[in-house]
Amino acid sequence: MSLKQVFTKEEIERAITRISHEIIENNKGVKGLVIIGIRTRGYVIAERIAKMINNLYGTKLDVGALDITFYRDDLSAISKQPVIHNTEIGFDIENKNIVLVDDVLYTGRTIRCGLDALIDFGRPKTIQLAVLIDRGHRELPIRADYVGKNIPTSQKELVQVKLQETDSEDSVTIVAEGENGPERT
Amino acid sequence: MTKKKTAKWFHKDLLGLEYLSKEDIELLLDTAESFREILNRKIKKVPALRGKTVVNLFYEPSTRTRVSFEVAAKRLSADVINIAVESSSVRKGETLNDTGKNIEALKADIIVVRHNCSGAANMLGRNVNISVINAGDGWHEHPTQALLDMFTLRKKTGRLEGLNVSIVGDIAHSRVARSNIWGLTKFGAKVTVCAPDILIPPGIEKMNVKITGNIDEALGEADAINVLRMQFERDDMKAFPSQLEYFKKFGITEERLKKAKKGIIVMHPGPINRGVEISSEVADGANSVILEQVTNGIAVRMAVLFWVSQAKP
Repeated sequence: MSLKQVFTKEEIERAITRISHEIIENNKGVKGLVIIGIRTRGYVIAERIAKMINNLYGTKLDVGALDITFYRDDLSAISKQPVIHNTEIGFDIENKNIVLVDDVLYTGRTIRCGLDALIDFGRPKTIQLAVLIDRGHRELPIRADYVGKNIPTSQKELVQVKLQETDSEDSVTIVAEGENGPERT
Repeated sequence: MTKKKTAKWFHKDLLGLEYLSKEDIELLLDTAESFREILNRKIKKVPALRGKTVVNLFYEPSTRTRVSFEVAAKRLSADVINIAVESSSVRKGETLNDTGKNIEALKADIIVVRHNCSGAANMLGRNVNISVINAGDGWHEHPTQALLDMFTLRKKTGRLEGLNVSIVGDIAHSRVARSNIWGLTKFGAKVTVCAPDILIPPGIEKMNVKITGNIDEALGEADAINVLRMQFERDDMKAFPSQLEYFKKFGITEERLKKAKKGIIVMHPGPINRGVEISSEVADGANSVILEQVTNGIAVRMAVLFWVSQAKP
């Protein structure tokens, strides 16, 4: 097993700053904008993006947390049992411009679940996708609108995102494991 | 950050709280929190059990438990079939095991069973490969009722450990009491049972509970009381003088609550008999969480249906 750091603390900060600006540029302001992060680390990044935009524009954006466990299509296939968190969306998403945030974009299946879950809350005007890392290997027709960094990977590797709030440090590392690759969860 | 829950669930069936560890129960209660949120949404449905079939097999009359399980299964996108035993082949002499095996052959995934014999769910669970959930068996256990009581208590007080809970009423015939005692004592809650002598089953002291025949004593230190329904329709209850006499000696009234801890939580598994075990003022009053229990019951049953369907051998 080998470790390779691909994104440092400073690079993560710069990526989140850039994504925040791009979100404002793309949406021509903050009107109707809400940020929703996928548990666990997507939500942490969502909070950082919202904080950044709030500091820049003096706004108070609504931030929500989405748990997608009950929407997974592979509940019976995964070898580990799911870890369940709470969904907390304390605002109406009807007609809003939602930025859905996750840490790593890989097969696209998590995002598919996220889209299904969001639409059960109402009919937003748009849903945009922001991810810290896009590692390729999509299995569904899904792409991100905002990407912190594209990192080409092999499917045998594991991309490990650590964030201060959840893991006491900011870093992105590629973990290369044996022949069968790391266990997918 | 939300606390990390390392999920591990190995039980094919949910037969009683006696057979679960504290960690198992905690997993169910935590998962129920997630499902409780779904019940406040505009679209109260998630696809977690899509394609699964849940069969409600009820050998005893029940409206609230059956409807609660049905709502829970539908909120998870499962298909639900209700078998009312009065109109089924059971009347033609089919045994419980045969009925269960037939349901299994119909490719159902979960049987929710209510039966008047203690141990019926355990026997069914041993004889079929699909999941069995006990919705009440004789005087044995009613695990989902106790789970929803514990969920409601934990939500109201933030803890179960060290909580003083008094269970008042027909302890002898009560599977609700038994499941509550198993569950609560695993969390270190202090349980008192209160009833007239004839309704205290012999041996109950072995379950690590305090016993009293005095309602004011049961109310004294209690953070919560669970008021059981007096089952006057039972033949053996004729030994007890009258409903009015019961109400006078054991009924939960405003007068009695005044002497209890402020903010005492009043629970009742329903259906309530107003003026028998509880007065209308208390049932509808500020301390009562009776209707919250009903809503919480859906979330708890969703959690149980979800985890038995996720069980890994």
